[in-house]
Amino acid sequence: MIRLPLVLFFSAALFSIGVYGVLARRNAVLVLMSIELMLNAVNINLVGFSQLWKELTGQVFALFVIAIAAAEVGIGLAIVLLIYRNRETINVNEVNLLKW
Amino acid sequence: MVGAILAHAEVTAEAVSGPGLAKYAWVVALLPLVSAPLSLFLGKRVPGRGWIFGVASVGAAFVLSLGILWHFVENGFGTYTASVDWFTIGPLHMTLGEYVDGLTAVMLVVVTAVSLAVHVYSVGYMHGDSRFTWFYVVLSLFTAAMLNVVISDNLFQLVVGWEIMGVCSYLLIGHWWEEHVNSSSAIKAFITTRIGDVPFMFGVFVLVAATGFTTSNIQEIGHIVAGGSISPAVVSIAALLLFGGAIGKSAQFPLHVWLPDAMAGPTPVSALIHAATMVAAGVYLVGRMYEVFVHANTWVLQFVGIIGGITMVGAGLLGLVQDDIKRVLAYSTVSQLAYMITLMSAGPAGRDAAFFHLFTHAFFKALLFLGSGSVIHACHTNNMSEMGGLRKKMPLTFWTFLIGSLALAGLPPLAGFWSKDELLVAASKGHPVVFVIMLATAIVTAFYTMRMVMQTFTGEYRGHGHPHESPLSMTGPLVALAGATLFVGFLGAGPAKAVFFDWVFFEEPEAVKLVPWVALISIAAAAVGVIAGYYVYRRWRERDPVLALGPVSTLLVNKYYLDTFYWKFIIQPTRDTLSAAVNWFNQRVLDGVVDGSARAARAAADGVQAIDEDVIDGAVNGVGQVAGFTGGLLRYLQSGNVQRYAAFLFAGVVILAVIFTRI
Repeated sequence: MIRLPLVLFFSAALFSIGVYGVLARRNAVLVLMSIELMLNAVNINLVGFSQLWKELTGQVFALFVIAIAAAEVGIGLAIVLLIYRNRETINVNEVNLLKW
Repeated sequence: MVGAILAHAEVTAEAVSGPGLAKYAWVVALLPLVSAPLSLFLGKRVPGRGWIFGVASVGAAFVLSLGILWHFVENGFGTYTASVDWFTIGPLHMTLGEYVDGLTAVMLVVVTAVSLAVHVYSVGYMHGDSRFTWFYVVLSLFTAAMLNVVISDNLFQLVVGWEIMGVCSYLLIGHWWEEHVNSSSAIKAFITTRIGDVPFMFGVFVLVAATGFTTSNIQEIGHIVAGGSISPAVVSIAALLLFGGAIGKSAQFPLHVWLPDAMAGPTPVSALIHAATMVAAGVYLVGRMYEVFVHANTWVLQFVGIIGGITMVGAGLLGLVQDDIKRVLAYSTVSQLAYMITLMSAGPAGRDAAFFHLFTHAFFKALLFLGSGSVIHACHTNNMSEMGGLRKKMPLTFWTFLIGSLALAGLPPLAGFWSKDELLVAASKGHPVVFVIMLATAIVTAFYTMRMVMQTFTGEYRGHGHPHESPLSMTGPLVALAGATLFVGFLGAGPAKAVFFDWVFFEEPEAVKLVPWVALISIAAAAVGVIAGYYVYRRWRERDPVLALGPVSTLLVNKYYLDTFYWKFIIQPTRDTLSAAVNWFNQRVLDGVVDGSARAARAAADGVQAIDEDVIDGAVNGVGQVAGFTGGLLRYLQSGNVQRYAAFLFAGVVILAVIFTRI
């Protein structure tokens, strides 16, 4: 039985790594992967609290999040693919057409 | 026919058996009114350029008028009245109506007879005129207007006819407007009569107002006035104002000046205007509204008599010195009208005698005018100094003209004698001064009439060219009118039964008798004038004695300086001072107000524009500019860098998280 604070620390660490990846990495694929990290950090939280409260709703939510994350990655990768085809780069710093 | 008239004249006024033809008096007035537009629109498309409409309609009107008069003679003289509603203002019902009595019937016959003669005569006289058709249009309209005045049963309808006559007289006198003097004369005639028309209209207003705006019917007003419910002062004012109209239209002193100048018109026009229609309208008005004059203060009728007396002598003397044959006739017309006006002041008997004179005068004055027209047509001049010796060349014109002249002079048994005799009989019962003035005028009249005949028809021909007798269309009316002049006098002749006074009377028929001493004096006066004229002008053909009387001649030739006086003291001050003042007022004050208000409006508009552009638009633009400026600053947030957005997002979440955990 793993204690909850340990789970939460792990989750927080994972989320922070994800945030760092989203904000700092230039490669769009890596940004997407970092988002996955953040989602999974949330999943760990959900499962952890589900364990604590003996309540399965959190785990069901985690399953939903996984499904939606899969869909999100599918769309995200498709967008990245199209950006690459058009711009021959997936550096998010260079994909800044939508600005003033 | 005369016998039948005499036989039936015994029938009294009450014994009227139905209105008969009198119902159709309005048709008499309508006929020429219809022919005017017919001539105007179709005249140039028919052979003869349109005279046929005028002659046919006036001819039919004449026949119908005779029928109406004959109906009265057959069935006794009563009255017939009918009207249709015109429009209503408050309590006042305006109607279009006819009032037919003996006077109306006689006037209808006179007007249509003279008008018919003029219409026929003009076919020859106006032949080849460039506005021949137009001439007939106005001639017919003029006749219709006068007939409307005659049959009208109310004052407003009468005013309408009165005014149309004014306009038509202007158009006819100025018919040959290419010459400036003619159009000036037309304007003079129009404006001078208008000066009389203004008081006339106010007289109508006073009378209608005095009835409490309940009626404009002439007979009803007469009854109300006779009933005494209107104060004599108001009646006097109304009578004076009405008389103002008569002064203008019937050319009495001091407004007589238009009539001699109106001779500028074509001669048939002079015959129509100055014999039977326009100038007769003034006399007719006074006679028709006689109740008003009778019930006014006595000084009103005295005033009427004084005006008439002054005009009578004044115009008669002016007739002595004229060289223009039509001007002689013009002044004699003024003088003869003054006879009628004067006698209006002598009570009901005088009024009836005046109408008899109007009746006979219409025939012989129309005859004289048409005769003078025939002479003018032949000689191509109006001046008697360029005529002379026309007796042999124009026998028919001479004999008819002579008949007219002797009638004007007042020799028996011609029409003028009988009517003048009635006038003198009526005057002999009045003020002796009036009687003496009338006698003096009779002598003067006979003298200048003889002068005119002698200068024109006897001696040697002094003009150029070859005068010849006029065509049948001109001599025909002359002969017809001469016949009328010979016979109409007997209708009111003293020795016989004077049927005219059973036809035309005020209150009750006058029993007219020949007063021997009056008749003798009348004949003597006429004979003195005629004989003196004959001998004077047989002796001095070349140098006219009336022009060699020194200052008297000068005074007469200059028309008592009356025209000069009007020019200097009325027309010039009006034109130069009053008109200038009005012009100044108009230009400066009225236009100033208008211009000023326009300027003020423009200034206000400028102010509004400034507010609109600077304040309202400024606010709107300012809002836009501020939004644009702040937007310009804020747009740098929109960097397009997804990671920066995400960083803001996280920062926001962190801040919110901190806030929520602190609460």
